Amino acid sequence: MATREEIADILAGFALFGDLQTPQLLGVAGTFEEVFFPQGERVLRQGLTATGFYVILEGDADVQIDGTKRATLHRGDFFGEVSIILGEPPTADIVAVTPLHCLAMSGPSVESFLLAHPRVMYRMLQAQARRLRNANRWRS
Amino acid sequence: MADPATADRPFPPGEYPLIIVGSGPGGLQLSYSLSRYGIPHAVISRDPAAGGMFRKWPFFQRLLSWTKPFAPAERSSREYQRYDWNSLIADDPAIRSLQAEFMDGSSYFPSRPEMQANLEAFAERAGVAVRYGCEWQATAKEDGPDGSTTFVLTTSDGVYRTPNLVLAVGVAEPWSPSPPGIELARHYADTREAEWYAGKRIFIIGKQNSGFELASGLASWASTITVCSPSPAKTSIEKKSLAGVRARYVQPFEDNFLGLGVKILDASIAAIVRDGDALRVDLKRTDTGEDLSVEADEVIAATGFTCPLLDLPGLGVTTFGQAKLPAVTPLWESANVPGIWFAGTITQASPGLRKHGIGAYSGAVQGHRYNGQILARHIAETRFGVAIDRPAVDQDDIVPYLLREATWAPELWHQKAYLARVISLQDEDGFRDEGILPVVHALDGMAEDVMCMTVEADGTGAIYPVVYVRHDGRLAETALPGHPLLDFETPAHHAALREALAGVLHAASAA
Repeated sequence: MATREEIADILAGFALFGDLQTPQLLGVAGTFEEVFFPQGERVLRQGLTATGFYVILEGDADVQIDGTKRATLHRGDFFGEVSIILGEPPTADIVAVTPLHCLAMSGPSVESFLLAHPRVMYRMLQAQARRLRNANRWRS
Repeated sequence: MADPATADRPFPPGEYPLIIVGSGPGGLQLSYSLSRYGIPHAVISRDPAAGGMFRKWPFFQRLLSWTKPFAPAERSSREYQRYDWNSLIADDPAIRSLQAEFMDGSSYFPSRPEMQANLEAFAERAGVAVRYGCEWQATAKEDGPDGSTTFVLTTSDGVYRTPNLVLAVGVAEPWSPSPPGIELARHYADTREAEWYAGKRIFIIGKQNSGFELASGLASWASTITVCSPSPAKTSIEKKSLAGVRARYVQPFEDNFLGLGVKILDASIAAIVRDGDALRVDLKRTDTGEDLSVEADEVIAATGFTCPLLDLPGLGVTTFGQAKLPAVTPLWESANVPGIWFAGTITQASPGLRKHGIGAYSGAVQGHRYNGQILARHIAETRFGVAIDRPAVDQDDIVPYLLREATWAPELWHQKAYLARVISLQDEDGFRDEGILPVVHALDGMAEDVMCMTVEADGTGAIYPVVYVRHDGRLAETALPGHPLLDFETPAHHAALREALAGVLHAASAA
């Protein structure tokens, strides 16, 4: 792991980036940084300032609210965008439950990235709509 | 009497309690700091003398990190380190802040030879012994019946064995991408003398600092320069952090938009092909998707470097990213293979909080020299049983102490949102000064309640102190006000910090 071309290939398989062509994917791959978190380390912390938008390349992460596990995120899932978009601290801890390899984009870069890639923004909106629907089902 | 041959080449092959590989700034700082704790260890290096990558790079002009000969603090003081990005850190005032001594006053950015002289002087005056000309070639791991692990290093001089291995080998192995024809390109590391490029058309792959260093250094020689990579480049001034291309290399950007011989393109490289006496670089633009070809006499891949970890991945050391950095804990130990640590510029593998997306400055001397001090203390305590002093702090002194640190501590200024002054609270023990630690380690890895003072930047240009408190299982973060003159010891800061710490201070009073 991983050249820009390899990252672009991986992204091509993720739904979020499914509408992008290879040159765009190469450009996107260069706007992210790769980061690694050992098992047990927190990536985002409930109540602390948000750090960025993350896409999981490899590994699993738990979503924990007040120490209680609410969901598990896997390869291809993404997180951190809600607090960046709202400018608010995350409402959950994101904890690496296996060694976790992610792509990370800094918070201030997210808006210009989404505006430059409206198809990614639309896919992200779809994902948020699914999460909202599932949350509403759970409540009812 | 010491055998001169042995004194000249210390640490012959054999068994050592700890071995450091590397004699760049990372290896030198760690060796010095370990010695202060009395930790016996060997240092081996394939180089002929101290200095690491600064024995070769940068090619043109000067370093990107500065040392101010004249600053608002005395040169031998801790506070001066904030104005000196290049010297290693010493307890002995006689070997502190050495860089300025080797600068001729023509710039506050040292030249490469001046940096090399600084590091060689530190090694000599601090008595850092290194077995030079000893190349690490292979590694094996032996697990003992008692659960212990021994690392076995094959070197050009013979076999070394140790339970504690620290790699300070830099991120300095040239890396090139792999489009067809890349063998026609020369890597940045093999760049020729500037005069050789007179009148030539130069195509530079890569928009990191090294690419723009070449574009700046060759501007007065090349006839045209094209700088190309798939993603757009931003300057540090635009990003308001060191994450962008440094201000020293802004000229090619200006030449680009003035149309004066420099072109900066956002494109991926499809192929490099020989076309008569010249080369042709076939591109696909990432901004428009169009195909484009550029003719050049010379193609240079300023595409970065990787971490030369040799066979460590085979031992289970996970690596990630183009730079093949090792996956590490917040205290720079391999996440997969305990007993292997990393020092120097490799410590950038531990990302820290990445507040506002801004990483630590562990990839440069001004950041990783403090990581080295912390790592030495951690290894001394956990592997060698050295008792670390954690002085008691009077409750009334906490607020002024933390604000003084926020205003002056070089560790906090160079490693923003990454290193913190940490004070712990235990019921029976009161407040203790835990020293400077990675804030992630303090928040997630310590059992005690803690207060962590950091200095932070948010990418808007603002710099301000932030205090983190973990108390009764809850974590809180309070950003204190900034100040136009960066003085964080004002009455307003005292009041704000007292309020932020009220819960934990009150709890201690009640106890």
